[in-house]
Amino acid sequence: MSDTTDPIVRIRGLRKAFGEHVVLSGIDWDVAASQVVVVIGPSGSGKSTFLRCCNGLERPEGGRVEICGRTLVDEGVMLPEPELNRLRQEVGMVFQAFNLFPHLSVLDNITIGPRKLRGLSRADAEAAARALLEKVGLTQKADAMPASLSGGQKQRVAIARALAMQPRVMLFDEPTSALDPELVDEVLQVMKLLAADGMTMMVVTHEMGFAREVADVVLVMDGGGIIEAGPPDVIFSQPTQERTRSFLQAVLKNQ
Amino acid sequence: MELDFSPVWAGFPALLHGALVTIEVTAASLLLGALLGLLVGIGRLNPKRRLIYGICTVYVGAIRGTPLLVQLFLLFFGLPQFNILLPAFLCGMLGLGIYSGAYVSEIVRGAIQSVDRGQMEAARSIGMSYAQAMRSIILPQAFVRMIPPLGNEFIALIKNSALVSLLTIHDLMHEGQKIISVSYRSLEVYLAVAAIYFVLTGATTLLLRHVEQRLRAGGMVQ
Repeated sequence: MSDTTDPIVRIRGLRKAFGEHVVLSGIDWDVAASQVVVVIGPSGSGKSTFLRCCNGLERPEGGRVEICGRTLVDEGVMLPEPELNRLRQEVGMVFQAFNLFPHLSVLDNITIGPRKLRGLSRADAEAAARALLEKVGLTQKADAMPASLSGGQKQRVAIARALAMQPRVMLFDEPTSALDPELVDEVLQVMKLLAADGMTMMVVTHEMGFAREVADVVLVMDGGGIIEAGPPDVIFSQPTQERTRSFLQAVLKNQ
Repeated sequence: MELDFSPVWAGFPALLHGALVTIEVTAASLLLGALLGLLVGIGRLNPKRRLIYGICTVYVGAIRGTPLLVQLFLLFFGLPQFNILLPAFLCGMLGLGIYSGAYVSEIVRGAIQSVDRGQMEAARSIGMSYAQAMRSIILPQAFVRMIPPLGNEFIALIKNSALVSLLTIHDLMHEGQKIISVSYRSLEVYLAVAAIYFVLTGATTLLLRHVEQRLRAGGMVQ
């Protein structure tokens, strides 16, 4: 098995196109254990696709993705289904649109994975789920249906659902973009808590405050590649790329 | 012109027995149609699986493009040429079930495709296989949306089942015709037959409305 100095996520030469349209044009990056990597960039720059390649929701045609030393995809060849499904348990994902299961209660949303995939008993899974709900501040909502929750509450449940699989890395795909402004903070607070706990995280976001405060590394993407990378104070105060500067100017004007 | 319903009253037990046969053949073909429809509906989700998709598409096209009566006659009068002699009830049930399955498959496919894509992605992202995600996440949500169109299909099936009277099955229609053949009271007997069909479809409508309301009350439907 890999020792702790090995990266949790290793990406080499990642390429992806939808038909003629090239979305990712060769990305290399390593994410070390407990690192928080925030990915920023204009819309259409390939951020979400980059993230979705890291758990095999998209199949990149070229390059390689390794998770915890295991190859998820290599030159367009995905890991065989059963192993892919097992590896996906190591990679939690939080979506912009929450994607809670509307026919299941909050508790069942969180326990369905551990029960069906990890073989946990209902009692064990529910005990773990209640602990996670406490962590995201939603203890009283265990028996609620998703439709009765606010957007911020839904996203916190979605985070708990992903954490229930005890992933080695968490991917966040614009987790606060679909939220009313006053609900953004409760989700960011939970994410900060996770980062403080040492969770390895890759976060696509437009929340520059979060990036500045929590990120170990900020990746700036444009045109399907990483145009600049570095610690947040460097990226935000002395960006070397003109495109980074104009993007930050446009985003920060609105915040 | 005078109406005389006395043959209807005299033959009423036979009509009721016929109605029971109608219910039996409809229920059996409904089960077959639902099973076929589920499999074929799922088979038609992904055109990239060309063999399965192709077979399912040919099935749906052939069944929807030809008359039910011709399909029933193929089973009942056509198959014996290969020395395949199926009992009439089995032919009726198979014919109606295969016919209904084609329509149910489109209901199933539509309902599954109406479930947000993000549901499958979320299920896969926690490590579920396609089959697991389909079973525990997608189908429960799709099923609720299938109920109203499935109800229509069920009612159509009850009415279409009258055609099996031509396969010598003693269903409601067949019993009615037997009474007419001795009483010559076509109008009265067909009115009675229509009324009994109407009771069957009406009861089904009420039952389905009840089921839908229960699901709505349980928060399964918005």
